[in-house]
Amino acid sequence: MTEYTAVTDVDRREMLEAIGVGCVDDLFADIPRALRLAHGLELDRGRSEQEVYAELRELAARNVSTEDELSFVGAGMYDNYVPALIDALISRAEFLTPYTPYQPEVSQGGLQAMFEYQTAICELTGLPVSNASVYEGPSAVAAAGYIAKHYTGRSRFVVSRGVHPHAIETLRTLAHGWEMDVVEAELRDGLTALPTLDDGVAAVIVAQPNFLGAVEDLAEIAAAAHEAGALCIASCDPIALSLLRSPGECGVDIAVGEGQTLGNRLDFGGPSFGFFSVNEPLTRRVPGRIAGETVDLDGRRGFVLTLQTREQHIRRENATSNICTAQALNALAGVIYLSWLGRQGFTELGELLVQRTAYARERLAALPGVELLHEQPVFREFAVTLDAPVERVIERCLRHGVNPGYPLAAHYPEHERGLLVAITELRDAADIDRLAAVLGEAVLAEAEAEAADRSGSMSGGSIKEVHS
Amino acid sequence: MRVVAPRTEEALTIFERSRPGRRAFAPPPLGVPHRPLDELLPGHLRRAQPPRLPEVSEPEIVRHYTRLSKRNFDLDSGFYPLGSCTMKHNPRLHERVAALPGHARLHPLQRPERAQGALELMWRLQSALGEISGLPHVSLQPSAGSHGELAGVLLTRAYHEDRGERRTKVLTPDTAHGTNPATVTMAGYEVVKIGTDPDGNVDLDDLRAKATEDVACLMLTNPSTLGLFEPAVAEIAEIVHGVGATLYYDGANLNAIMGICRPGDMGFDIVHFNLHKTFTQPHGGGGPGAGPIAVSNRIEPFLPRPQVVRRDGHNGSDLARPVYDLDFDRPKSIGRLRGFQGNYGVFVRTYAYIRSLGAEGLRHVSETAVLNANYLLARLRSLGVLEHLPVAYDRLCMHEFTLSGAPMKRDLQIRTLDLAKRLLDFGVHPPTVYFPLLVDEALLIEPTETETRETLDAFAEIVAEILHEAAGDPEIARGAPYTTPVRRLDEARAARRPVLRQEL
Repeated sequence: MTEYTAVTDVDRREMLEAIGVGCVDDLFADIPRALRLAHGLELDRGRSEQEVYAELRELAARNVSTEDELSFVGAGMYDNYVPALIDALISRAEFLTPYTPYQPEVSQGGLQAMFEYQTAICELTGLPVSNASVYEGPSAVAAAGYIAKHYTGRSRFVVSRGVHPHAIETLRTLAHGWEMDVVEAELRDGLTALPTLDDGVAAVIVAQPNFLGAVEDLAEIAAAAHEAGALCIASCDPIALSLLRSPGECGVDIAVGEGQTLGNRLDFGGPSFGFFSVNEPLTRRVPGRIAGETVDLDGRRGFVLTLQTREQHIRRENATSNICTAQALNALAGVIYLSWLGRQGFTELGELLVQRTAYARERLAALPGVELLHEQPVFREFAVTLDAPVERVIERCLRHGVNPGYPLAAHYPEHERGLLVAITELRDAADIDRLAAVLGEAVLAEAEAEAADRSGSMSGGSIKEVHS
Repeated sequence: MRVVAPRTEEALTIFERSRPGRRAFAPPPLGVPHRPLDELLPGHLRRAQPPRLPEVSEPEIVRHYTRLSKRNFDLDSGFYPLGSCTMKHNPRLHERVAALPGHARLHPLQRPERAQGALELMWRLQSALGEISGLPHVSLQPSAGSHGELAGVLLTRAYHEDRGERRTKVLTPDTAHGTNPATVTMAGYEVVKIGTDPDGNVDLDDLRAKATEDVACLMLTNPSTLGLFEPAVAEIAEIVHGVGATLYYDGANLNAIMGICRPGDMGFDIVHFNLHKTFTQPHGGGGPGAGPIAVSNRIEPFLPRPQVVRRDGHNGSDLARPVYDLDFDRPKSIGRLRGFQGNYGVFVRTYAYIRSLGAEGLRHVSETAVLNANYLLARLRSLGVLEHLPVAYDRLCMHEFTLSGAPMKRDLQIRTLDLAKRLLDFGVHPPTVYFPLLVDEALLIEPTETETRETLDAFAEIVAEILHEAAGDPEIARGAPYTTPVRRLDEARAARRPVLRQEL
């Protein structure tokens, strides 16, 4: 058994004596006997460090990571390159082990990093106010909806079907408790087609780019929302904001998004962070921590948590959110990553992704049995329709070590044969060529198999031979 | 005499270190035919100017953030008895195993058959948390304690709605964490406060009076934020269940009772865990955490989607090992609370911790946490500290205890805040201060099980010394700290004229 305690038998005896009780059990006298566990917990024995390492390594080995296959799966989280300096810096104990900076005099490092992070996020989103992070992307969308509910006092959200399906579902979970309706706006030719908006709409919620990869015209959507007196909320891929018009410039009121792609690993879905930025009038409704600049007694520059009268530990039931612990370390990775990319590098990365994605899109669209699902401009992800059953095509590609993308059917029944393909800077021309070769062959093979299936069943004959 | 750090130490931001033309990142070769950007992204969708990110070299970035780090106090440098936060040691093994590429570079949408290791780990963790809490059904999805609370109240709503009941109120004791009432509002309920009796327990008469048929839930922390176990918890459960409400367990203080008693056995219906408190996920300066929930049978149908499940091996194969899967087919589920499957990286660390300690080790953790807290209280008492800082409720405490600084303020003319700031000069992180709210000038002290007796002795002596010093000259504490990178900061100014980002 591994222990992280230091009490020796002698310590224990003397400590109990100082307390004035006979044994450790006496310390638990307030717990009624009937509630005490008669036997220990039914868990295995404790293990040595090397045993635990071996077990966790064995579990890791039974996962197929992005190091084990050529993956084009994105759909909200992306296999970007995480530079080595991030690991080195965020594993420093001074960042890793403290908690929320309640004592600013000994937390200037974390607070200043938050301030820098907020500045960077404001640069990306073009909005004047950012908090220090929320949990992650989809719940950030729901948190933005909560602001709109209070700000407008209205009862309905119009959410584009181009918003990440997990975000729509999260919003629905929360909206139920708020007794608000969620109405989905269809996608037409890959872009959000807004319904007529009336004065019951609290917010119009869209994604940039949307889930099918298409770049939306945010300015148009924001204008329509404002005309109806609603707020406009955009969930953005922060990397795409390297090239795209900022949400703030487009008139968006709240820009949020998943921050994983900014220097955080995939980690099977978390921890990452959500970013959350708003226009000035919404400042005092923002959830969570915000760092602000001030001075100390001697007039030296310093940073503190500020506008805390929004928060649960001060305002309790009147707080603007219940969030407490957020994702400080992940947001720190985010600002270090953005500093590493730098002003020029960020744009260069954006352009690289757009160029490689365009190349991949062209290569795939040229394959027999593969068509573009829409032809809108895209940034780093695009959708295609296959002329064969998607699941079986994917299975076939996997046998060649290629994971070609994320199937759309579960979220878009109308795109039963849709496939979402993501490109990162880790997928080069040769990788894309390989994807094209493997996917092209798989689509052909499965289309043929399906045709054989169909003619087999039409003629009433057995199809078993064809499959085996 | 006080020493002021030279002004060269003043913090420059990474943006202020920026110089046009400097850079760290070198992009890989494009490798594909270059096309005019206008063809790919029309001009009206593009930004005119790139974001003004810093232009800095790699060595500058490393030096900048290394310097920043040195302006933080951290758990590896000293005692951090922050009450209700369980600042225990963070084993470094956990960082190593979480960084294995099979965990760290696993895409959340990887197909379940290709993520069997991850799903099995999550399933085993669910089982272990179910056993520790005595509530068998676990969802790992919530991202932090407050997120778990939100899940719990929404589960309660779903449970009642399923029975055709509409309830409007949630009870929270006046000792509750702020997240409890904030969660209640966010979930669409009204908060009703329950008082505390003279012994520091839930006021049962007040509870009985307020437990009406329109109450959906009582949210309770046990041990409470005063560090006291509710001896009448069984009776509380009976009252709450008697009106058809659920009983919610805020798991912030679970570190006191692992292997000793279980929320499920006390009558709780829903519990959240703070994996960053009890289970050693490093606090990261304010996250990441994770807030899994465990529930009883009657709440299970409503758990968030998807659930990690184990299915028996394929039919007909003797060698079949069980298969782990994500179950989306949960018609009564409240739905999702976030994207993907939760903070998996935190689950890896928690699982490693539970495997390292085992049943016996976890019980040892709680016993030692309670021993350390009571010993520290006894030491403070023997040094006369409690004369100025009396314990709010004079009982055996659990893993933490609450002192009141009111007599200190009256007799020595220093406030709890001053004591906290003076502690910084002694290289100690202050306890939680001004919480719980019902204790005047409160200090909530949680030493945790990973501290040595010598550290506890030293802390007690430091507090005694500060009180002694204040008796001579209260101005010293009132002006503290003196040795930190900055002195007391003007928080009023920060709030009045908010500067929330750098003007570029």
